[in-house]
Amino acid sequence: MSEETVAHLSGVTHRYGSVVALEEVDLEVRRGEVLAVLGPNGAGKTTAIHLLLGSLPAQTGQATVFGRRPDAPEVRARRGAMLQISGVPDTLTVAEHIDLFRAYYPAPPPASRLLAMAGIEGLERRRFGKLSGGQKQRVLFALALCGDPELVFLDEPTAGLDVEVRRGLWDEIRRHRESGRTTVLTTHYLEEADALADRIVVLHRGRVIAEGPPSTIKSRTAARRVRCVTRVTADAVTSVPGVVRSETRGQHLEVLTSRPEALVRELLDWDPDLHDLTVVGAGLEEAFLALTRESGEPEPEPAR
Amino acid sequence: MTAARPARRWRIYILEARYQFLMVVREPGFAIPTLLFPLIFYLFFGVVMGAGSFSAATPTYMLATYSVFGVMGPSLFGFGAGLAIERDSGVLLLKRTTPMPAAAYLLAKVAMAIAFGAAVVLGIFLLGAYGAGVVLYRWQWFALAGVVLAGVVPFCTLGLAVGAWSKGRAAVAITNLVFLPMAMLSGLWIPITIFPAVLRDAANVLPAYHQAQLALKIIDMDGGQATLLHVSVLGVQSLAFLTVAAFGFRRAGTGVVSIRPGGMS
Repeated sequence: MSEETVAHLSGVTHRYGSVVALEEVDLEVRRGEVLAVLGPNGAGKTTAIHLLLGSLPAQTGQATVFGRRPDAPEVRARRGAMLQISGVPDTLTVAEHIDLFRAYYPAPPPASRLLAMAGIEGLERRRFGKLSGGQKQRVLFALALCGDPELVFLDEPTAGLDVEVRRGLWDEIRRHRESGRTTVLTTHYLEEADALADRIVVLHRGRVIAEGPPSTIKSRTAARRVRCVTRVTADAVTSVPGVVRSETRGQHLEVLTSRPEALVRELLDWDPDLHDLTVVGAGLEEAFLALTRESGEPEPEPAR
Repeated sequence: MTAARPARRWRIYILEARYQFLMVVREPGFAIPTLLFPLIFYLFFGVVMGAGSFSAATPTYMLATYSVFGVMGPSLFGFGAGLAIERDSGVLLLKRTTPMPAAAYLLAKVAMAIAFGAAVVLGIFLLGAYGAGVVLYRWQWFALAGVVLAGVVPFCTLGLAVGAWSKGRAAVAITNLVFLPMAMLSGLWIPITIFPAVLRDAANVLPAYHQAQLALKIIDMDGGQATLLHVSVLGVQSLAFLTVAAFGFRRAGTGVVSIRPGGMS
């Protein structure tokens, strides 16, 4: 089998006091893939990452990386991480941070290549504290690559960045993907998972509720957006089977449903004057909403 | 590919210490108080006022006690406040995912405390010798410097305990609450010999008191307790601080729990 597992959570349940962060989670990372762990805040994404980094011990179940304990010295040397942290010390320069992190690893790439990989050439002499939010994230990305790692964890790499800066960072991550390394990234931006990942694991309230390539996740829910001008109210359609969400936007009724045929039949029954009808495939955003609804959970906070 | 060859360890230790040093030198909030306060205090109380106030020996007495004070600052703040801030920012957590040995991180802070402490001690010695006319045998200068710098052991472990139990910015305040009263009550600012008996006895619980007594022994100005007593108390206290720190780290981890997403609360 060519799909070698490089990191694995099996039957992991993790609690913080009485709060269950992960429940019976099985998660496999295969060599060479970009895996996105997608979920709203509090879904357990960061906990999953830290179990695989060995910075949290597994309470129930098992976490392994390269077939070993996640905190084994050999594992540390072959893995890189970008965490959700406020930063590295402000008073050191970019070059100094890179110099220090390179020293931790047996075969680091040259500093100039790291700067290029993260798109921060020319910033070497700037102190970390003087950088913009996007530049800081790029420096943290460069630090994750200092060991020329086979496996990289990126925990919400673009959280808090504006759209343009986020897309810039995606380009760096995409280039990194082409180098054939394995990457695990967590995000609550559906767009980000769709743009970067080969495979998505959807985590919600500590459980894996869906898994597969972006296209499979979309087709599994087969969410469609039905849009029309009608006198039928948004409230009236919520009882139609398959409807995930309905709302009125201007003069249009917009309904998200997994069974568009049934909905359209009902709508035409109720309102023969209905017009301007469109049915389109929903994006990952809607698919995600449908998935969380399907698992019987209340709607998560909307992701941007 | 075979198992990764470990990075050259000594290089990690050196770079970690070098950057720890650069980091704090460039932080005015750390460098100025730790370097200048002991020098200014000694200049004022020891050299300028000391000349006639308590006794002719005051500048010599204060040479030892302000040197202890000078080593205590960077030790306590580097570990107490520094560690708590680095844990809260997440950089400690990030480093713990790399192959960096934990000892490199801790020893870098000890090395920084020694470097800063040595700079302060040198400054105070120069002020004492050339400003206040303090005269000591050559062996006394060296022995005094050695004893005073050995203070990094109790003070760094105390700082570690504070840093392990307090959060970020609060750690700065807590460190100050340990640092300043302990300095005063241990007789580092004003000779302990003029304290009321109750306070003199109470000072026996403070590591800075025992450290100062060891330093004063070199110049024959201590209170007459046994060297072994001071060394034993300092040793036991250092071990106790390490234990307290270890429990603190076990409780708080390296910061994973504190960054656990807010949505889960």
